[in-house]
Amino acid sequence: MLRLEDVTILQDDFSLRAGLEVARGARVAVIGPSGAGKSTLLGAVAGFVPVAQGRILWAGAEMTGQSPAMRPISVLFQDNNLFPHLSAFDNVALGLRPSLRLGVAERAQVAAALARVGLEGLGTRRPAQLSGGQQSRVALARVVLQGKPLVLLDEPFSALGPALKVEMLHLVAEICRETGATLLMVTHDIADARAIADQTILVADGVAEGPFETAQLLANPPEALRAYLG
Amino acid sequence: MTRDPARTARALVLLAGGGVAAWLLVLNFGALLAVAWRAEGFTALRGADWAAVRFTLVQALWSAALSVLLAVPIARALARRRFVGRDALIMLMGAPFILPTLVAVLGLLAVFGRAGLVNQGLEGLGLARLNIFGLHGVVLAHVFYNLPLATRILLQGWAAIPAERFRLGASLGFGPRDTFRQLEWPMLRDLVPGAFLVIFLICLTSFSVALTMGGGPRATTVELAIYQAFRFDFDMGRAAMLALVQFGLCAGAGVLAWRVALPSGLGGGMDRPVLRFDTGAVCLRVWDGTLIVAGALFLLVPLALVVLRGAPHVTGLPPEVWQAAARSLLVALGATGVTLAMTLALAHAVLAVGPVRGAVLEWLGLAALAASPLVIGTGLYLLIRPLANPRDFALLVTMLVNAGMALPFALRLILPGLRDVMASQGRLADSLGLHGWARLRIVTLPRLRRPLGFAAGLTAALSMGDLGVIMLFAEREGATLPMQLYRLMTAYRLDDAAGAALVLLGASLALFWLFDRWGRGRAEA
Repeated sequence: MLRLEDVTILQDDFSLRAGLEVARGARVAVIGPSGAGKSTLLGAVAGFVPVAQGRILWAGAEMTGQSPAMRPISVLFQDNNLFPHLSAFDNVALGLRPSLRLGVAERAQVAAALARVGLEGLGTRRPAQLSGGQQSRVALARVVLQGKPLVLLDEPFSALGPALKVEMLHLVAEICRETGATLLMVTHDIADARAIADQTILVADGVAEGPFETAQLLANPPEALRAYLG
Repeated sequence: MTRDPARTARALVLLAGGGVAAWLLVLNFGALLAVAWRAEGFTALRGADWAAVRFTLVQALWSAALSVLLAVPIARALARRRFVGRDALIMLMGAPFILPTLVAVLGLLAVFGRAGLVNQGLEGLGLARLNIFGLHGVVLAHVFYNLPLATRILLQGWAAIPAERFRLGASLGFGPRDTFRQLEWPMLRDLVPGAFLVIFLICLTSFSVALTMGGGPRATTVELAIYQAFRFDFDMGRAAMLALVQFGLCAGAGVLAWRVALPSGLGGGMDRPVLRFDTGAVCLRVWDGTLIVAGALFLLVPLALVVLRGAPHVTGLPPEVWQAAARSLLVALGATGVTLAMTLALAHAVLAVGPVRGAVLEWLGLAALAASPLVIGTGLYLLIRPLANPRDFALLVTMLVNAGMALPFALRLILPGLRDVMASQGRLADSLGLHGWARLRIVTLPRLRRPLGFAAGLTAALSMGDLGVIMLFAEREGATLPMQLYRLMTAYRLDDAAGAALVLLGASLALFWLFDRWGRGRAEA
């Protein structure tokens, strides 16, 4: 279970409060107006944004103040999810060994992860030699390989076309189902939330609230969400 | 709690950066303190010393003023003309930066010297010969060096004027004069003070040009006077006093420069000739063409003469020259390694400690721009003397001082690149737990390959051609190639000197080319 206990994030004149719990294995969308702090919330969980007050816990263990790599988290950013000078294989392998010194068994694991996302045989290509969808798949293969219990998506597919985006989201949902990982994904598209997230956290007016059942929330939106949905 | 590798890596960065900062403090300020301390009582400066101060300032003013004044029309001509070989010419303008001073001096002597082309021409016409030694010679050599630098700086300024402005100007019916007043003059007003100061600063610490082109006591720079007080008079007190004066001059100019944004002239962005509409007139074309040809000749003829005169004598060079070349190569490679290591450590630390302390570290890295190698050399000599024979450390000290001198340039090239890597891929690397050596090997170095190669090339070439500190330390044996070349020149062994100059030129250019080539190597996505 992911717990945010009375967390306050302060950045210049921006502040965000959050007190919430996400059940293990849940798939949760984070929605809200732009600039409300969706990415900031994810950044705090991932360890990129310092927390001014409160504690963040995973499975009862505190991770506030830990550096990002120490947390039980895989994260995909909006862009720059791959190193452009490394092959797809190496980009995935970094999820296993940051030193890139791999044994035979580990190389097989990397190959299996690439195969899982449908990129068999494309390991030697560099990101620039892959399509946008394939680049996303490389990043997802790394998430598979990392096998961390908490997966954070900060709109990594926003540059893809609508059909491709839905395809990727379903792949993410499948992967999370297989590994039992908990998913937290920022989106500004309600359709994304409907597609794969059974629960939704609403970030608006300096407060993160939820999670709510997605269907109920959208059927009966509170004031802040109504304003956003228009 | 388990050990957090991110914290360990940060601690290492701070430690390494702090170490480099401490070493720079020793180099830039500690050496001066040593000079002040161990001077066994100051000797009052004599009239000749004040003449050196005056000459230093006068030649630097003339050199900077002439370089910038001549660079304005040449850069303007290059900016508005397109012709075959334009790119090559602009690239060539970067060459004096890595050209060993003595090679340039020999080239200039071949053109303007006693038996040079110009004097042969004058004699043919029955006119009096020119004497190049003295103020003229020093200024001429400095202009030869810095005119291309100034031109490159200004050319970047021209390239930074958006093409749309010229189009707008054309639609408003601007002639060349209007274009100058409305578009070009505002850019020049911003860039010229910085370009002037950079060159002024470079010329303040002129040593080898003054050594070879200066004429006796009336044309001696402070830097040269330090060397003479140290080496010929063994007057430590006077050397120390002069070192303090030189430090004062450099610090003064440095503070001035700190207030003006210093352009570097190293970067790219000059390859884009803008389509212009105001430059079609025939007399303008002739004028621009003349300027470009004259500028190219001024640069090319001396270099061509070095090659032509040196080539027949390379094979017959005495073994000392080759031994000296090997020593210089070692020093250059060592300096390159040290510079890159220091630059990387310092750049990481600059980005790790936050904006204010980062700016202080960056300033410390750039402070060497205003430092005087001879002052540092004198200081290190005095620091080593109580412990060991300084002469045994001649090459090591030369290497370390060269590394310190190249650091500002390397830092300027590498810091922006590192900042970009951090901004675009720092989070990804953090989230994957890439720290320390693995991060350097897998992410940072491959992404920085280009500026690293360029910085390495500059450092190696600068160090290869440097004639400075080594003159304080070295004995008969153990000379570097530039020092050996200087000996050949003063012994009037002109054939050997010509051959050695060509070897030195070749070695410097080859080092630069190899490192830069490596940096461009595999096209990184």
